[in-house]
Amino acid sequence: MSTEVAPEPVRSRRFKFNWVDGFLWFLRVAALIAIVVGVVGSIQQFADGEGPSAAAWRDLIVSSISTGSMYGLIALGYSMVYGVLGFINFAHGEVFMSGTMVGLISATMLFENGFWDSNPWISILVVLVVAMITSTLVAVAIERVAYRPLRGAPRLIPLITSIGVSFFVQYSFAGLFGVAIRNYPPAPSQLSGNVDILGIPIAGTRLLVIGVAVVSMIGLWYFVTQTKTGSAMRAVAEDKEIAGLMGIDVDKTIVTTFAVGGAMAGVAGLLWALLFRGVDFLTGFLPGIKAFTAAVLGGIGNMPGAMLGGVLLGLFEGVGPQLVLAGLGIPAVSQLKDAVAFAALVLVLIFRPTGLLGERLGSEDRV
Amino acid sequence: MSLDPLTRRWGLIGGAIMAFTGAIGMLVSFDERILISPILSLGYLTLLLAPAIAGHMAARGKVSVLEEPEHDVAQGAQKGLVAGLIAGVFAVVFMLAVNPFDLSEFFPNINDRMFDMMTFDFGLGLGSVVLIVASALAGAAGGAIYGLDDEPREGVFRSAIWVILFSLFELVVSDVIEVDAIVDLIYARGGGLHIWSAIIIGALAWWLGVRYKGRRAELTQMAKDSEAGSRLRWSLIGVAALLVIVLPMLVGGIVNELLINVALFILMGLGLNIVVGLAGLLDLGYVAFFAVGAYGMAVLTSPLSPAFSPELNWWVALPVVMVLAAIAGVLVGTPVIRMRGDYLAIVTLGFGEIVRILILSDWLTPFLGGAQGITRIPGIPLGATSVSGTSPELFIYMTMLLVGVAAYISYRTQESRIGRAWAAMREDEDVAEAIGISTVQAKLLAFVTGAIIASFAGALFSAKVGTVFHNSFDVLVSIIILVVVIVGGMGSIRGVALGALILIGVLGGPKSQGLLGEFAEFKLLIYGAILVYMMLQRPEGLLPSVRRSRELHQEEAAQDAWLDKKGSFIEEPEASV
Repeated sequence: MSTEVAPEPVRSRRFKFNWVDGFLWFLRVAALIAIVVGVVGSIQQFADGEGPSAAAWRDLIVSSISTGSMYGLIALGYSMVYGVLGFINFAHGEVFMSGTMVGLISATMLFENGFWDSNPWISILVVLVVAMITSTLVAVAIERVAYRPLRGAPRLIPLITSIGVSFFVQYSFAGLFGVAIRNYPPAPSQLSGNVDILGIPIAGTRLLVIGVAVVSMIGLWYFVTQTKTGSAMRAVAEDKEIAGLMGIDVDKTIVTTFAVGGAMAGVAGLLWALLFRGVDFLTGFLPGIKAFTAAVLGGIGNMPGAMLGGVLLGLFEGVGPQLVLAGLGIPAVSQLKDAVAFAALVLVLIFRPTGLLGERLGSEDRV
Repeated sequence: MSLDPLTRRWGLIGGAIMAFTGAIGMLVSFDERILISPILSLGYLTLLLAPAIAGHMAARGKVSVLEEPEHDVAQGAQKGLVAGLIAGVFAVVFMLAVNPFDLSEFFPNINDRMFDMMTFDFGLGLGSVVLIVASALAGAAGGAIYGLDDEPREGVFRSAIWVILFSLFELVVSDVIEVDAIVDLIYARGGGLHIWSAIIIGALAWWLGVRYKGRRAELTQMAKDSEAGSRLRWSLIGVAALLVIVLPMLVGGIVNELLINVALFILMGLGLNIVVGLAGLLDLGYVAFFAVGAYGMAVLTSPLSPAFSPELNWWVALPVVMVLAAIAGVLVGTPVIRMRGDYLAIVTLGFGEIVRILILSDWLTPFLGGAQGITRIPGIPLGATSVSGTSPELFIYMTMLLVGVAAYISYRTQESRIGRAWAAMREDEDVAEAIGISTVQAKLLAFVTGAIIASFAGALFSAKVGTVFHNSFDVLVSIIILVVVIVGGMGSIRGVALGALILIGVLGGPKSQGLLGEFAEFKLLIYGAILVYMMLQRPEGLLPSVRRSRELHQEEAAQDAWLDKKGSFIEEPEASV
């Protein structure tokens, strides 16, 4: 019967105006107006010679991009797990934290016997490897203990489980390492100066952070698109059952996904250490949530999206308060950095819930 | 003898738990709490419970739904012995591996006190042997208990549980008894039960259990019968109500303080239960509404409120605070209405954090006091007196009144039109919409009702403490309320009460201590572990609501029905949750 019309989807009421849509439109317009007024106000201030100088703006942008690329690396883990299993792995921030915490041991040991200053590049590489291995192991262990028994459970159950896992890992580290904030040794002298790129001076550590992030991203891209394991991962993300029928070991592929996400979080752990130095057991919480925001911003399940989302989120929270809120006449805007990041999440989900580059989800998760 | 892989696995898990609890300092800090004077502390109980449970699980083996499990003491003890032995060897290997290095710089809890504790103060050489033997014996005991017949096994469990309860709740029991002479008979001076009182309590628990076994079966039968069951239920509710009214009079200030905390969390749990349990919306920023209630009350009643200070009476301010909370509910609820469940969770988490950051920011300091908070919030005027945290005996009744209101609201909405709409929406949103339920309305109503109940808690909290600070409202509070609801049982009022009693009363809330002060350092670790365990083993909670538990076990129910129909022997089905 070719004339039969497909039943209209339930959600088609979108075009009928109701007051929720009205409220959402009001929010969209209000947000746009606030942003425009804020930006204009800031430009006004800049023209009047108030507020940060041009050099300060440039530093702000560079540091935002480097923080953002760290978020992007963490976001990859969220995005990949969401793509494959369809739930938010709340504990991924803790995977990142475990990498920095254990990396700290190796860094401190290298610093104490003088190797850190004499061979900085090798030292950083050692710390990187330690952090990656730790994060990978933690991620795989979490998958094995907490998530594997929950395959096929209602969507919110693994999410709630991951909240529990997150607490468990956090406070295990608090018990193991103590609750004090510890500091990585200062960055080696070769890195502490500025490097000129196209006439713009950029702090060495920030450049290194951006460089490491880009290299890891390229490596990951190669792994996912060019290798057999990578295509297995994409197949499982698309449809677990069919992938199983095609002879792919679904469980093993899911473990690989967690491992790769964990390794990326480990890299991010090193970058955190280079950028901020101080770590404690709560280090993973805020970057974790922000990285999830970044993953949503770029489109969940979409890997280039995660990286783009990370950099954009870094810019939003780094530059946004100064650019928008200061222009609105709000005092001490840097305190509101985290609030801006969360507001960005809300706004993204209102404006474009599928993210900038679009979601890539398995068949059963496209709701 | 070939080693059963399951025994090996449980042995290794037990050993890992022993090493882990040692390395995070849990054993040492639990060791301060004496349960049975002078032989058993909470630390040693924890240390030996790990191999005992490992032995028990090893003896249990693979559980099959279809076969009647075998019970054999000797075989169970043998398997348990092996598992305990493995666990002990694991723990010793761990100790010997870390002992040569000085790790105190990185792992402050791997220190001499840990080694002393784990080796029973015998030194590393002899102590290792003692630990292995003790662990093997504990494992054997655990395995042997599994091997017992049903009746003695239940007796052993019952005795052990009552002895542990009596020793853990020393404070409450001695508060209730009050007569020093009797208290001294039960408890030793330095804390903990006497050995003989432990034996008597254990024996009594066993004997009472056997004595009233038939009676209990009768009662369960009666509860199933509709008319007698309803009479039974009402008399149970009557007894519970009487207990709730009388208990605060019997116990002292500390326990009352604790009960107030428990009641506040029951209140918030009931509110979140409407949002999560009934409507199925996972709200991780519930603390925002609590903050609205607390800060609203503070601004309206305190003479020191920075910008606007009408100094209202608590009772006059309460409706205003409720309206504020309702508005907050709509503001948070509307943008998230169209989002899928997991996005909703993370966005509400974001909202909760935004509220806290805004309270702290310089921007709102002129209105809300910033880091200084708002102080000198008056108590609740009641007749001539003013009830506040300084008179916990009165305040507890105030709290209970509002808990009663919230429980009544939850009870009445559950089976009402909107309650059924929530249930339908929770199970399938599209279908609910198709049968004519306005999901927008239902979701908003859930958010608003939950917000109003949380504002009750906030209003009480600010009147009790007298000051509000931003740090009482961080994301931890939201999560802990969620754990209370989940552990108790989503959608179940009794469950929330039980969850709050166990978690907040015993372990302690986010900022308050529970009955077991020793747990303070580790309570969030335990919260996390409980949450994971519940989700894996019992997602419907301790006292589940019938409907919710059916939803979560649909697959198993279908499997059971299939088995009933088939009625013949089949291979053990793969465990699936």
